[in-house]
Amino acid sequence: MAIAKKSVVWGLFAAGGTVTAFLFPALIALFLLVATGNVPDGLQFETFHAFAAGWFGKIVLFFVISFSLWHASHRLRVVFHDFGVRQDKFIARAVYLVAAIGTVLTAYYLYAIR
Amino acid sequence: MSRNPYVRPVSKTTWYMRNGRYRKYMLREVTCLLVGFYSFFTICALAILAGGSAEAWNSFLASQQNGFWIGFHAIALIFFLVYMTFDWFKLAPKALPLQLGEQKAPEIYIVVVHYVAWIVVSAIVFWLAGVI
Repeated sequence: MAIAKKSVVWGLFAAGGTVTAFLFPALIALFLLVATGNVPDGLQFETFHAFAAGWFGKIVLFFVISFSLWHASHRLRVVFHDFGVRQDKFIARAVYLVAAIGTVLTAYYLYAIR
Repeated sequence: MSRNPYVRPVSKTTWYMRNGRYRKYMLREVTCLLVGFYSFFTICALAILAGGSAEAWNSFLASQQNGFWIGFHAIALIFFLVYMTFDWFKLAPKALPLQLGEQKAPEIYIVVVHYVAWIVVSAIVFWLAGVI
């Protein structure tokens, strides 16, 4: 049982690591463009709403956000250990709970965008 | 009668400061905070989008248009590229060794393929966002 659980967590971690390594630089660059006042056409309300309302946009956004969240929480759990916090059971529950909440919120908001 | 074994004292909280490799490892691992931050930032954007108001969306975008966020995103971008993306690609041949017949494919091939794929993926994101 312990092995089965571990492989799920590890799989999400590896998938999320690849997703974040490939996508986050472009994503942060888009946020940077917005911050400098050069809002790209695709991020204007009409176009981005239409993107998130379509099934392609929903699938992309859901998988990118949830994989990234599970990746970040698993890594954060290890980081806590590395910084000398040894209450692993509590930390694990807390970080995975945050990832689960984020995943549910993403699904809910994507469902609400129509 | 046996003596207690000698246990070299290692600090639990500052051990990574002893060695450059450990420091680099820690810098890579803490990028997970950026991943978590940007994930929830995007969820906030989706929440506002789900509200269905163009004005709320525009004021959300306008609220980020200041020097603080320019600096934050610029530093985050460089930090993430150097310590996460490029490091992840460097590790890729170790994690995904490619067997070709009798031999393993040279590591540099796998790294180059990752960089090419990264450029393609980034171009697709920018294309979807209407930047290019």
